[in-house]
Amino acid sequence: MDTVSIWELWGGVAVRFWPVWLAMLITYLLMRMYRKRLGVFGHLLDSAVGITGLMIVLFWLFTALFADIVSTFEPLEQFFRYRKKPPGIVEAESMIPMYFGSDNLGRDLFSRMVHGSRFVLMIAPAATLVAFVVGITLGLPAGYKGGRVDAILSFIANLILSFPVIVLFYLLVTPGIRETALPNVMAGVFFMFPIIFSLTVLRSRFSERPGLLFPWSVIILILGGWLYSGVVFNSDPLGLISMDPNELNIFAAVVFASSPGVFRIVRGLTMDIKTRDYVAAAQTRGETPWYIMLWEILPNARGPLIVDACLRIGYTTILLGTLGFFGLGLAPESPDWGSMINQTRGLIRLVPTIVLPQTIALASFVLGLNLLADGLREESLKD
Amino acid sequence: MYALCNKHCTGKCVRPSYSLSQSLPMSHFILQRTFIMVLTMLVLSFVVFYLGNLEPNLRKLALEQNNNRMSQADVDSWLEKNGYRRSFIVRYGEWTAGVLSGDFGYSTRFRMPVNEALPKRLGYTGILAFWVLMTMVPSALLIGILSGMREGSALDRFLSLFSVTTTATPEYVSGILFTVIFASLLGWFKGVANVKDITFENFTLPVMTMSIYGMGYIARMTRASMSEVMTSQYIRTAHLKGLPFKTVVLKHALRNALIAPFTVILLQFPWLLTGVVIVEKLFNYKGFGWTLVEAAENNDVDMLLACSLVSVLVVIGTQLISDVGYAYLNPRIRVES
Repeated sequence: MDTVSIWELWGGVAVRFWPVWLAMLITYLLMRMYRKRLGVFGHLLDSAVGITGLMIVLFWLFTALFADIVSTFEPLEQFFRYRKKPPGIVEAESMIPMYFGSDNLGRDLFSRMVHGSRFVLMIAPAATLVAFVVGITLGLPAGYKGGRVDAILSFIANLILSFPVIVLFYLLVTPGIRETALPNVMAGVFFMFPIIFSLTVLRSRFSERPGLLFPWSVIILILGGWLYSGVVFNSDPLGLISMDPNELNIFAAVVFASSPGVFRIVRGLTMDIKTRDYVAAAQTRGETPWYIMLWEILPNARGPLIVDACLRIGYTTILLGTLGFFGLGLAPESPDWGSMINQTRGLIRLVPTIVLPQTIALASFVLGLNLLADGLREESLKD
Repeated sequence: MYALCNKHCTGKCVRPSYSLSQSLPMSHFILQRTFIMVLTMLVLSFVVFYLGNLEPNLRKLALEQNNNRMSQADVDSWLEKNGYRRSFIVRYGEWTAGVLSGDFGYSTRFRMPVNEALPKRLGYTGILAFWVLMTMVPSALLIGILSGMREGSALDRFLSLFSVTTTATPEYVSGILFTVIFASLLGWFKGVANVKDITFENFTLPVMTMSIYGMGYIARMTRASMSEVMTSQYIRTAHLKGLPFKTVVLKHALRNALIAPFTVILLQFPWLLTGVVIVEKLFNYKGFGWTLVEAAENNDVDMLLACSLVSVLVVIGTQLISDVGYAYLNPRIRVES
């Protein structure tokens, strides 16, 4: 069996990523051109930490987008002659090197790593977004109104937060649970929030203008209902949106685990911001509480929330990896980083490099998000 | 789980989770917290009990306890014989009554009472946690103080990058990387730990993995606190008096800069708990975390419930200690008595 030299190996890898480099370059140039209009994201270009973080995140984002072009083999394709091979071994039939070697079933680790980014970039940002909508919808009234609403919601949030996350996942993400209606019920509740949230935003904004309120509400209801039926019940009438039950289960569990954290942050920020003068001014104008919460308080809390979102996507990535590490919820052959780590970690003695691609991929993506958050925080404090 | 928020809080997250400014006497405050803790334990145990007793989970338990090729009729009769078919509420009541009298039930996975199986495992984890704290806290404080001392210096940049990198690398990544480097390539340490025979060789990697992951966060908080103190008026005064930099840092800044990290370190305990589960599984160290995973994988409800109660106790207990301790350490927050 042939192997390629270390230079050919890294050169080959760098060339395989060409669409990613190109897309990153274009994004960077576009950001430079429109930096004035990008607000805090434009300022990122001045911060070395921030731009490094952004580039790492973009790298994985574009890798996920172009995974089919970048990868050399199919992620599930098994080559029985090439099991547990070190990096750079050349697959004789196609003459393509397995850049990062192969795993215990002879699957190309490079292609699996590239495809693994898809799972993370599909679930982590979306789950974080839903968790944010849930946290914001509940955290705003808890912080603004206080009293009994706050006491009950805070108790529930603390309850979930004092639960060890692993136990939570062992209970919520198991094949047994998937036989019951629980994941669908949970997803059903969580996915109601984006619809309720958008309707509340509209209502508070256009309450005086029914001519705008009505058509927009109908659009939201139709769009939201369509996504809702597809995601939660897997019964999209158009057949476009569907979600694998495993993924829905994981999605619901991840949202469940991270929304209390968002709730607490939003609640704290709201309690801080509601003492400001512009809130008092809005109250004097006679604005409704929801208008004040959504159009006065929320926009002014966006800085810390954006920073927190970056960190939280990173944290969700770690959580997804943890799920894979414990072999929970995903099909065993699924090419996600956590499952790959779990499958290969027993083989370190035989081939030490076998765990490197997936571990480094996961750590670098989380590091990128952390650096991005640091950069954003630094730049937003400057204003 | 609590530490999720703690760990990824934005901005200055150094305040305690509960403000003591509500003029409550301290005993009242502790009582209130204890009440919340008991309520939390009740609700959580109910949820765990409910989920653990769902039909698919009971079937899994029956198959695991007997043999995997059991027929449905056998499963039913086994469940019937062992009392799993009785009313859910009655069984939960029995369990609660047992716990109140100190009996945590029977572990199906370890085939012995929970009271026998768990304390030993907790002890093993205690040893692990002790060494993690002994290594993590001093190094984190040192890193934080060194980088917060002169904000923006090359040393600060380097140490900050180090802290971010460690927080961004979860245990199951760093643990594996350390195993590759220190066990497979260099051969210094062993990649498997043993509770019965703890040696420097086999214990270093688990301790190192956990303390490095937790270190970054404490270091960052210490840095934030330290750099805030370093810009304050009295430090400037001390500088202007002509005191040497070393004296300013050690005698004036340090005392105030360490109040905030105190809270952070205590709130790190719940975080350690999750870390313990991953690290013990990774290095096959048979302590509390390993027990928890075993109990969860085998649907050992009684053991899982006991583990959950321990976790809640740790999480809420450390929160309480950190709030009370913060109030005593910080002269600006005084509880009216």
